[in-house]
Formats: sequence, structure tokens, C-alpha cells
Amino acid sequence: MNELIQKAKDLLESNAVQVVIGYGKGSADKTRAIFLTKSENCDQLLFDSRCVQNLAVYLTKHEIKHLGKLAIVAPIPVLRSILQLAAENQLKESDLVILGVSPESKLIEFESFGAIELFLDAHKIQIDEKYKATIDKIKAMPVSERFAYWMKELEPCFKCYACRAACPLCYCPKCTVENNQPQWIPAASHLLGNLEWHVMRAMHLAGRCTDCEACYTACPMGIPIHLLTKSMLQDVEEHFGPYGPSVGKHNTLSSFNPDDKESFIR
Amino acid sequence: MQIDNYLIRKTSLEKLFNNLIGNGKTVFAPKTSGKRVLFEDVKAFSEITEDYIVTTNSAKSVVFPRTEKLFSYKKTKEKTEITDASTDTFPEVVLWGTRPCDAAAFIPLTDTFNGDYPDVLYNNRLGKVYVLSFSCATCDEYCFCTSVNGGPGNTAGSDILFTKLSTGDYLAEAITEKGKQLVADNQSLFEAAPSEEKEPNLAKVTTYFNQDEIQAKLQNLFENPVWDEKSRACLGCGSCAFVCPVCSCFDIQDEAHGSKGSRLRCWDSCGFGLFTLHTSGHNPRETQGARWRQRILHKFLYMPNKSKVAGCVGCGRCSRVCPADINILETVTSL
Amino acid sequence: MSNPNIYIPYLMRIEKITQEAPGVKTFRLKFESEHEAEEFEFKAGQFGEYSIVGVGESTFCIASSPTRKGYIECTFRQVGRVTSALASAEEGDVIGFRGPYGNTFPIDEWKGKNLVFIAGGIALPPMRCVIWNALDLRENFKDITIVYGARSVADLVYKHELEEWGNRPDVKLVTTVDPGGETPDWKGEIGFVPSVLEKVAPSAENTIAIVCGPPIMIKFTFPVLEKLGFADHNIFTTLENRMKCGFGKCGRCNVGEKYVCLDGPVFSGEELKLLPAEY
Repeated sequence: MNELIQKAKDLLESNAVQVVIGYGKGSADKTRAIFLTKSENCDQLLFDSRCVQNLAVYLTKHEIKHLGKLAIVAPIPVLRSILQLAAENQLKESDLVILGVSPESKLIEFESFGAIELFLDAHKIQIDEKYKATIDKIKAMPVSERFAYWMKELEPCFKCYACRAACPLCYCPKCTVENNQPQWIPAASHLLGNLEWHVMRAMHLAGRCTDCEACYTACPMGIPIHLLTKSMLQDVEEHFGPYGPSVGKHNTLSSFNPDDKESFIR
Repeated sequence: MQIDNYLIRKTSLEKLFNNLIGNGKTVFAPKTSGKRVLFEDVKAFSEITEDYIVTTNSAKSVVFPRTEKLFSYKKTKEKTEITDASTDTFPEVVLWGTRPCDAAAFIPLTDTFNGDYPDVLYNNRLGKVYVLSFSCATCDEYCFCTSVNGGPGNTAGSDILFTKLSTGDYLAEAITEKGKQLVADNQSLFEAAPSEEKEPNLAKVTTYFNQDEIQAKLQNLFENPVWDEKSRACLGCGSCAFVCPVCSCFDIQDEAHGSKGSRLRCWDSCGFGLFTLHTSGHNPRETQGARWRQRILHKFLYMPNKSKVAGCVGCGRCSRVCPADINILETVTSL
Repeated sequence: MSNPNIYIPYLMRIEKITQEAPGVKTFRLKFESEHEAEEFEFKAGQFGEYSIVGVGESTFCIASSPTRKGYIECTFRQVGRVTSALASAEEGDVIGFRGPYGNTFPIDEWKGKNLVFIAGGIALPPMRCVIWNALDLRENFKDITIVYGARSVADLVYKHELEEWGNRPDVKLVTTVDPGGETPDWKGEIGFVPSVLEKVAPSAENTIAIVCGPPIMIKFTFPVLEKLGFADHNIFTTLENRMKCGFGKCGRCNVGEKYVCLDGPVFSGEELKLLPAEY
């Protein structure tokens, strides 16, 4: 941790960056995202198992980008998001200094997105067995039962869009729901509208989601929407092969190779 | 209005609940749902949990549902028929387990939905709601009701307020005509007032600030870097507004299915970027900082100035659920 | 409104559609119910929520004068979902209307004074209501001056009425288009409204100025009025915030302690200065 704090101080003091985004003390026993512009405040930085918010979400916000060059504390879920954002041309290497944090809470300095990719090769996305079991159970339900399951789970949803707001990959300046010509997804929160929203969001994340669970953590009502994204992840792997963010390869669902087995496009 | 005090035994409380259910009333009470406690339709006393400081969501949806049908219509080229919302179908609801802060929130909420244009849908629902609150024996660092003229045992907004005593039985205060009628309808369950004082059974809620002082300070803080600083982490979702028992901003949406459809009123939030966006592209509140400022000023300055009641009851729900841990108490005390 | 449910619109039949300018139309609307038509009253400056039932509502001022009974008019530009649906409506179609909402121009207090109306582009409609109101009661006022400009000749709205106003001996009409917006036979001024206003230089003595336009035009017009000696309490404007419910509940138009739909949309220069810059 001290290494991280020292590095952050150095970066701010030398004006190599104008802001350091990291985790600091929050309300009660929570942690929160902090934005440090002065090196003496870097002692506020901390990192432990409570730090689950995906900080990469701030990298596409114009109010943050305007603050200058950024350094970001990046545990593995954040690293994955950074790589995916880079793969989608939302970030340039020169925009950021990445202060990686290993699973052992050690500072890793990455010189390039390629270096991150190499590191993440040894930490591939793995869907936990308990989720696999739940997803299998739901998939085994007949359609009517599955529909009833989701109607019950989605009942508390009131369309606050915290899931969208917390997801680093939901950076569209104008979301599909904000389109009203035509109004693809109903704005009001009734059951069918809620289902349409969550299914659509999962579909838009297919091939892109890096399983950080920010959507689930953010949901004020505790709705297990990460089951949808994890299920999508499984499906993508099953149909298109092993999957993970990569600047070299293109998004699974937004790229085409003449060698691809799908023939409908020929 | 004079408050009538009674004692109600723990076992009688359960009987009261069963009577309400037996009379065909819908009861919304706190129920555990995973890690959260939500107000849900309960059918059995055993479903109710006492293990909460405040519920995750507020109880406002019984008077201000997240989707309210304003009217339905049928349309052809020659004729448009509009069918009014049928307030007869609005159910009688008993809110069981609201806290004094939740009950107090009905006051500014009712104020918003009345004024020069009384909202008959809201008023009809409100008329059919019984607010049976339970005093707070505990509180946490998110609570600040006493800073906004509230309190853990306050009666404002409730029909009956129950306070658990050291014996495990409850003091029942019947506050309104409705509350008194409910007691009268279940007279056998209510005994003579207990001698034990209410006060020692209430949580000790720290007073962090004075509402009047904050109001005065906020008059001059419009152009202040605190708004951008305190909202830097804000993600611009609607969680805070939607769990808040006072927030009432809404959107009006038409939904068509062929030649039929309806016009709906649904929850909205001043925190969303689109909220004040003009068609021309001009947005009076372009930055998240401007929107955070609006939330604070509206609750702590504009509403109290206009209608003498603050727009915040100090329940702390917004701070509890915020995915970015933006803390309203922190912002207000830092001014 | 007769119905206690404040969200239910009146049903209005489109009696006449006029194409004012590219993308801009005026609807003349009649109440489907005669009873409602008789009871309906409004004052200059008020607005309503016009809708295609099933598509949505949109906020426009009532552009006709309250002195003319039996119908109301609105003028709008096709820019989004609801206005596109309205633009495809035909004469004889039925649309919804909720109103009248908002406060009014204090036209009674202007008796015996000179009036200067300053408007730009699509902001003439809110002005039109109060202009006709004043012209229909012409003897109540002294000099009436109208300064109106648009981006180009084609963008000028109410072309027939501009002609009518221009031909009246008891009205001074000055029209202008932005530089580059003139046609070869354009006889009016060329320049932005604030600079043309400065050139016209109406006297501030015993005069009320009524301004309506896009935020940028208001921003540059107020200093000109100040220069010409107009006191803040003698300047009136109508704000065009994003509005939805029209009766101060949905929160969209809340600016400071005011709701543009309740305490406005008409504000005096004095009141405007007290509002935070969020409009």
C-alpha cells in the first residue's frame, strides 16, 4: 500500500498527472472512490476487500477527463474494464497512468495496455461455481417458470439505472432508453418494461462484459442482474470461444473474420 | 389534536395485524429480501421483520406509485375516447412498520401534490392509507432526523405510533381520527396507558446541524466549488431520488398498443442528465455538480422557504444505497 | 378544468393548419365539447400541454389572444417525437390540450403606457398572444412598437400578420433578418435583434418592454434595454424551460424557489435577476 501511496504522491508532485482516482474511506465501514489532486492527500488512499466499486466507470466521464491526465488505482476488475475500454477506442495509453493492484495488494506499474493484457492472461475471467449452478437451474426451468422467476426478481426494479451508471462499459452518451423516436424501451417501470431493459442491457454487453459485478453491487434493491450478464458470458464463450478483453482482438460480437464459421453473412 | 395513549401487549399487536388482514386490508410491512429490508405486501405476521433501522425503499409508493395510470384511451381516425383512472380500484392499505421519518415525509409529499392543483389520484390513495409507525430504538451514523426537526419518537404523519417498552409490550399513541377509529374498531386489544415513559425507549440520535442555520448558509452558496467537489464520484443514477420518501419528481409517458393505450406518470430524478435538457440542446444544469446542487438546495433551501417544511426527513436512505457513497449528511455538514 | 383529474386533457379538433415557415406550423383548435368551449378562459402569456394521445405531450404557449373566443391557437416547430406526430396531424384530427397554465402578462397594469415588443424566431408565438390582446384593446395603450427578427426571411413566422401589423398606422413594425438571411427583395432591416433594437432606440419613458427569444437573444437584449434606460420592473419576458406537468409538481422547471409553470412563464426583469442562472 505504501508503494502505491508514494507513487501517487510522486505523480502529483511532478505534475505527471493532475488527478489520482483511487479508493478511500467512505461512510460507516464502506470505501468510496476518491479523486486526489494534491499529493499530501494521497495518504487517504487505501485498498482492501471492501474496494469493489469499479473505478473505470469514471474514465469516460467528461467532468473527470477535463480535470487533466489521470492516474487510476486498478485492481483486476478495473484492469479488465480498462482493457475493454481501450479495445473499444475509448481510452488512449497516453491518457492514463495505471496503478495496478495485484491480488496480493502489491503495486504493479503497467507501461502499456499490452502489458495489462499479458498480466490478465494469468487471471482469466472465471464464473464462480455457485453462479454456474444457479444459472443452470434457471436454464433448466420450462419457459413459463423461468418467466415467472424473472418477473418476481425484477418486481422491485424501479428503473433507477444504477446498473447502467455503475457499469464502465455503459458509456453511450445517449442510451437506448433515452431514445424516443421510437421509444424502443418503455421508460416507465412496469414488469414488462423492466424485463426489456435488463435483457437489452445484457445483450448490449454480450461479448464486452468483464464480469466485475458492478451492476449487481450498485442495485439499491439487490436484484441479481449479474445472473443475466454471467449467463451471457457463458453463452458467448460457448459459441465463440474463450473470451476476455483484448486490444489485439476485436469484440466478439462486433467483428467478423472471413474464416468465421457463421455463413449467413456470406 | 389530542393524542390518546394506550398499552398494547405484544400478543395483541399480532392480533391487530390479523384483524387487519381478516378485514381485507392490504398490509405493507418490512420484509427481509436477501441483504435488504423492503416494504412488501405481507399476509402473515411472521413475515414481518423488526431487524431494520429504516427499510431500503421508502413507503411512498402507496400514495405515489412508481407507475400511475393517469387515464387510458381508445383512438380511431374519427374519435378519441378517454377513460379516467378509476380511483375506486385503489386499495385500502395499511403501512405497518414505517419509522417516524417515513411518516413525516408524507407532509412535504402531500404539499407537493396539492396546492393550486390538487392531485385527485394522490389524495384518493392517501385517504385510503393507514400509517402505523414504530418508534426507533436504535439508529446509526446515516440517521439525522433530529437535525431536520424530526425525532425517533415523533408522531407527525402517523395515524398510530407504537413504541416498544422495556417490558416488551408497546405504548400505542392514536394521533389522528383515523388512528383513533382503528383503535375503537379493535378496542379489546388496547388497554389503559402504561406508566412507563416513552423517552428512555427511544434511540439517541445525534444532532449534526440546525435546519435554520443551513437554510441561511445555503442562500449564498450557489457559486461554490463544494458542489463539484462533493459530487465528483456521482454516477448520475436515480437511486437517491427513488428511495427517498420525499422526492416526487416525475415524468409523463404515453404508451400505445395499437389503437389503445394509456398515459402514465412515472418516477423521475433531477439527478438524470436529461431532466432539464431543452430540445435545442441547451441544458440549464449541464454538470453533475449543478444537479447535485439542485438536490441539496431544493431540499434544504427552496422547499423550506416556500412551504416551511424541509424536503428531507433525515432517514439517510439515499446515502445508504448510493453506489458511489455520496453522503447527504456529509455534504450538508461540510458547508 | 371540469374534470377533477388534472392530468386529463381537453379533446380539441384541428380546425385549420397554417404552414408558417419550414418546419413550423400553426394549429387553430376548437373544443370538441361546446360546454368546455364556453367555460374556457385564459389570459395572455399562459401556455398549455398539447398532445397526440398515445405519443406524448409538448409545451407551447397559447398563441391566440384571449379577446378572441371560440378557439385557441398554437404554433410549434417540428423537432422531436411529439412535435413530429403533431406535424403529421391533419385538419379534422383530434388532439389533447391541458391548460391554461402559468401566470400572465400584467396587461391591465400597462394601460396608458407605450409598449415595445421584441421577439426572435420561434419566440414570436408567445408574443403574438399579447400583441393581439393589446391591438384588440388598442385605445388602452399609447405607442406600440414591434421589433421582430428571424434567421432568414423564410424563418419569419406569422407572415400574414406581420404584413397586417406593418400596414396599421397605429403600430410601428420593424422586422429584421440575420446577416445573410435576406432575399434580394427584402425591404426590412438586416442585423441581429438586439442591435436593431438599439438602432430603433424606443424611448424608455412610460414604456413597457416585452422580450421573448432564445436564451442568447435575451442575454444580448437586456443590456440594450438597460442602456436605453429601461428599469428592470418595466421589462417582461417569458421563459421557455423544459416543462412537463404544467402545474408545479413534476419538478422539471424548478428554478430557485420558483416553478416556471406556476410563478412564470412571465417574469419581470426584476424577478429574473433574482433567479439562479438555471434556465
